[in-house]
Amino acid sequence: MILMNDIYKTYANGVTALNGVNVDIKQGEFVYIVGPSGAGKSTFIKLIFREVKPTNGKIVVGDMDLSKIKERKVPYLRRNIGVVYQDFKLLPKLSVYENIAFALEVIEEPPKNIRNRVMEVLEQVGLKNKARFLPNELSGGEQQRVSIARAIVNKAKIVIADEPTGNLDPETSWEIMKVFEEINASGTTIIMATHSKEIVNTIKKRVIAIEDGLIVRDEHRGDYGYEI
Amino acid sequence: MKFSTFRRHLREGFKNIFRNGWMTVASIGAVTTTLILVGVFLALVLNLNEMAVNIESDVEINTMIDLTATEEEIITIGDEIEQISGVDSVSFSSNDDELAKLVDSMGEEGESWRLFEQDNPLNHVYIVRAQVPEDTERIANEIETLSGVESVVFGQDVVEQLFEFNKYARTIGLVLIIALVFTAIFLISNTIKITIMARSTEIGIQKLVGATNGFIRWPFFIEGLLLGILGSIIPVAVILGGYYYLDKNFSGNISFSFVEILPFSPFAWQLSLMILIIGAVIGVWGSVMSVRKFLKV
Repeated sequence: MILMNDIYKTYANGVTALNGVNVDIKQGEFVYIVGPSGAGKSTFIKLIFREVKPTNGKIVVGDMDLSKIKERKVPYLRRNIGVVYQDFKLLPKLSVYENIAFALEVIEEPPKNIRNRVMEVLEQVGLKNKARFLPNELSGGEQQRVSIARAIVNKAKIVIADEPTGNLDPETSWEIMKVFEEINASGTTIIMATHSKEIVNTIKKRVIAIEDGLIVRDEHRGDYGYEI
Repeated sequence: MKFSTFRRHLREGFKNIFRNGWMTVASIGAVTTTLILVGVFLALVLNLNEMAVNIESDVEINTMIDLTATEEEIITIGDEIEQISGVDSVSFSSNDDELAKLVDSMGEEGESWRLFEQDNPLNHVYIVRAQVPEDTERIANEIETLSGVESVVFGQDVVEQLFEFNKYARTIGLVLIIALVFTAIFLISNTIKITIMARSTEIGIQKLVGATNGFIRWPFFIEGLLLGILGSIIPVAVILGGYYYLDKNFSGNISFSFVEILPFSPFAWQLSLMILIIGAVIGVWGSVMSVRKFLKV
């Protein structure tokens, strides 16, 4: 599903983020990316949806070779990948419904399909009765559910989450994790960067630890492995 | 593109016009100011050009034929002139015609010239026009070498100066107009850039969920188009109103017969259309140029 071969990334300002990374993530896996701040986690994640390009090496996502992909094909890659951020990245002037429908509008889904599909994912994340609310009328956990709903509304095969529980209290974090587990159970690959020791040690999944631009550990049902 | 998508782009484009409030007013103001200047300049330059063309094409070569020439020789000279390349028309004007013209042009005082009707001292004349005004001098020189031609007259100095003046006037006018248009594009793209900056999150999210650059660009394209068209309303009104006034008060004024301005219809309409198109183009260009930066990566 996701294959990285000897990936190097040096930014224009001379900072080296990745220093020869090799990884193979299969369809349907749930992977935590852990490691100290500035170790290269974000770069690793951004490479997958082509937010950054590697300086060297080969990345294959699905059937697309990102080292050869043309600029105008990038949007089509992203239609298979949902992204969830720590700060939700919702549009404040649009309602919950509109925020999610937006993701379908931009890929030119027929309007009659949009309504059904949006209501479907709202039900899935448990927000069916809040469709008309604006984001700032919701709690942090609810806003994160909206952003998850937006990530999966186009039936993305991969969901990437960059510290999705970073801004949430522990109780809400567990609820969000439950949503991710459900999505994963339906066959979607999930790649999640996190700093939460409790989550990683409780919900046991594959753990990839990145330090100084290198993968130092890659274990199935692994531990967080760092003291906070 | 699907029709529903196009409708969405239109709706978004219109919404943005209102959503951006004062920025929209600023952009339209920039377009309006520039287009008024461009419009006035265009009216001026095109009228000057038209006058120049009129004067240029009015240049005639008067070929004075020797007083001693026989009728046959006169006909031969006429044929020879027609053979010269670049000659458009040759018309014969006898010395009696010339005298009549002279008498006419002098008004009441001309009556005294009628005395010469008995013994006309004037030459027969061939009036020659060149196909291209610039060829006038060469043709005149060639005619002068023909036998039986006494002299040629064609206001040499005036013609040369006129050609020179026209050349500069056109170039300067064109440069000014282009400079103005670029200023407008710069102003508009800057104003729009500020409104886009405020929407960079929105663009970022669109890209994140897989919108193509074309899809993101469309509403901006429509917004720019609307800004340009809205900005050209006042300039068009100024041109139509102002030109109507000028046309009514100055054309047909005999003392300025050679400075005749182009008639209101169709000129003012054509100019208005041109302003509208320029407005639309700079609006679209300005907005598409400034959104481009946000579409990279």
